Parts: sequence; structure tokens; C-alpha cells
Amino acid sequence: MHSFGYRANALLTVAVTILALMCAIASLSDNFNSPTPSAQVQVLNINWFQKHQDGNDEISLTLNISANLQSLFTWNTKQVFVFLAAEYETPMNSLNQVSLWDGIIPAKEHAKFWIHTSNKYRFIDQGSNLRGKDFNLTLHWHVMPKTGKMFADKIVMSGYRLPQDYR
Amino acid sequence: MGFIKDAMQPAGSLRARPLLTQIITLEEDPLNLTQGDILFLHMNEDPIRAGDIVVFNIKGKTIPVVHRVIQVHEQQNNKEIYVLTKGDINKKDDRLGGIYGSGQLWLQRQHIMGRAIGFLPYEGWVTIVLTENPIVKYVLIGALSLVLITSKDRGAKQNSRLV
Repeated sequence: MHSFGYRANALLTVAVTILALMCAIASLSDNFNSPTPSAQVQVLNINWFQKHQDGNDEISLTLNISANLQSLFTWNTKQVFVFLAAEYETPMNSLNQVSLWDGIIPAKEHAKFWIHTSNKYRFIDQGSNLRGKDFNLTLHWHVMPKTGKMFADKIVMSGYRLPQDYR
Repeated sequence: MGFIKDAMQPAGSLRARPLLTQIITLEEDPLNLTQGDILFLHMNEDPIRAGDIVVFNIKGKTIPVVHRVIQVHEQQNNKEIYVLTKGDINKKDDRLGGIYGSGQLWLQRQHIMGRAIGFLPYEGWVTIVLTENPIVKYVLIGALSLVLITSKDRGAKQNSRLV
């Protein structure tokens, strides 16, 4: 009972158990954080409109995205993945979500930002529904922890509309 | 949740086994996971939405892929779903980047095996070492057997005292 082998084994077991417990506690501590994020998006311009050969509409936009996600960061946060999606309904689809832009926020200092950008990913509809379409712009974020459960949330900004006619 | 470990190959993909936890053994991974992390997966009836990290299988390819959903088109009524995915650090989405099968434009419900919900860093290294160096496995088993064989039988000793 007192050989080196037994002691080493006992030590290792306790160490691993404690490590697992610490990871669990670290992850649970994230539940005490009540974040207060804010965001605002302006559509500055619809750059162009295109109808593809297969009948799908595509548009290009220029956006001004500003947000303060600093309250999402805790000591157990590795990074925050943030993306902006256009969300709308069409006769064929009850929900369309198209990601227009995304970014990775590596640290709290970078979590308060504004950017002026055209859409990073193509805004292509499944069909020809983009003229005069009302849509929401939703800023989603996924908090990736150093250890434990990932969690996600969003801010929905509604009231955007695409023009009926394009030059 | 099941507990299964796979050896991985570079290029952002995993070898498939139909259970729920997988170890990343890549050097470079789009989700900023590093080699040796354990990723927890779960599948439920919640609808797939943009931002979810999903694990999916491509017909004809043996290796499932763990990427993020960037587009969702969900139909009225029959609720069929069309999903486009992309690795976070990839420039191209999976359709343009050649990850989907040729001619495949979308993922659908049946392709998606699970959703990532959390992860533990570094705990996967033991399995990686064991899988990539089978010698270590044999040595460990050999050593454990030796310990077992050479340990004294305490039960017998107690009994002999009572006599």
C-alpha cells in the first residue's frame, strides 16, 4: 500500500480528477456572467443587383457595422466568433439566413468595433425574391470558451428593405 | 454522450465513426481548435440555424467535416432544409472549396451528423499518442499485466492469519 507505484497512481488519479473539476467549474463560472452587448448596422448602399442564369437573384451591399461585445468576455473566453446574417422570408422558404460578414474577436480590447465593408459573402437568394424585400439584419455571436460549453446569442435588427427597382 | 476518438488527417476533416465525441488531431483547423482537443457533439431535433457548427458526411467520401453553417434556406410546410457551410478560416465556402461532392450545392438534414456544443482542450493527447504509436499501447498493457501478476494477494494473507 505504500509502494512508489501505488502512491504514483493515487497522485495521478487525484490530479486528473482535480483537473476535470477545475474545467467544470471554469465552465460553470460563465453562467454568472450577464452580458450586455449592443450593435447597430446601417446599409449604406446597394451596390448592384444581378439575376443569375439559374434564376437566382444576387445583390451586393455596403454596410456599416458597429458593436460593443466587450461584456461577453470572461476569463474563460478563448475568442468570440461574430457574424451578420440577412434573414427574410420568401413564398418558397419560411426562413432564409444568409451570412454577409463574419469575424473573429480574439480579445476584449477588440470587442468594441465598427467596420465599413461590402458583404464578405455573396448574398444570393434561392429564387428571384430580392426586389422590394423586407429583411432583418441579425448580428450573431458564438462565444468559444477555453474549456467547456460554447454558447451563442444574437441581436435582431429589423426594418431593412431592398429597393424595388435598380438602376 | 458517447466517447470515441479518431485519428485525423490534415485538410480540415475527420474520419467517421458513428458516435458523439471526436478528437481533433489536425495541425490546423478552421475552428481554431488545436490538435489534441476533444470536441463534444450532440444531435437533437432543434432546427439547424446559421452559426451552428455541424459535423457532416459527404456521399462518397469517408471523412466527415466539422464546419460552420453560413446559409440556411428552410422551406415552408415540409421543412426541408438547404444548408451551406464554411470553415471559419477558409476563404471559400465548402461548395466552392470542393468539400461537397461534385455537383452538390447544399447540405441537407440527412447529411448532418451532429452539432458541436463544447470542448475540452488538450485531453485528447493520450489517445493520439496511443493511436499513432501502437508500441506505447503494447508497452502499457505489458506493464499493467506485469504489475497484476507480481502483486501480492492480500486476501489470502489475511485468511492465513485467522487460522
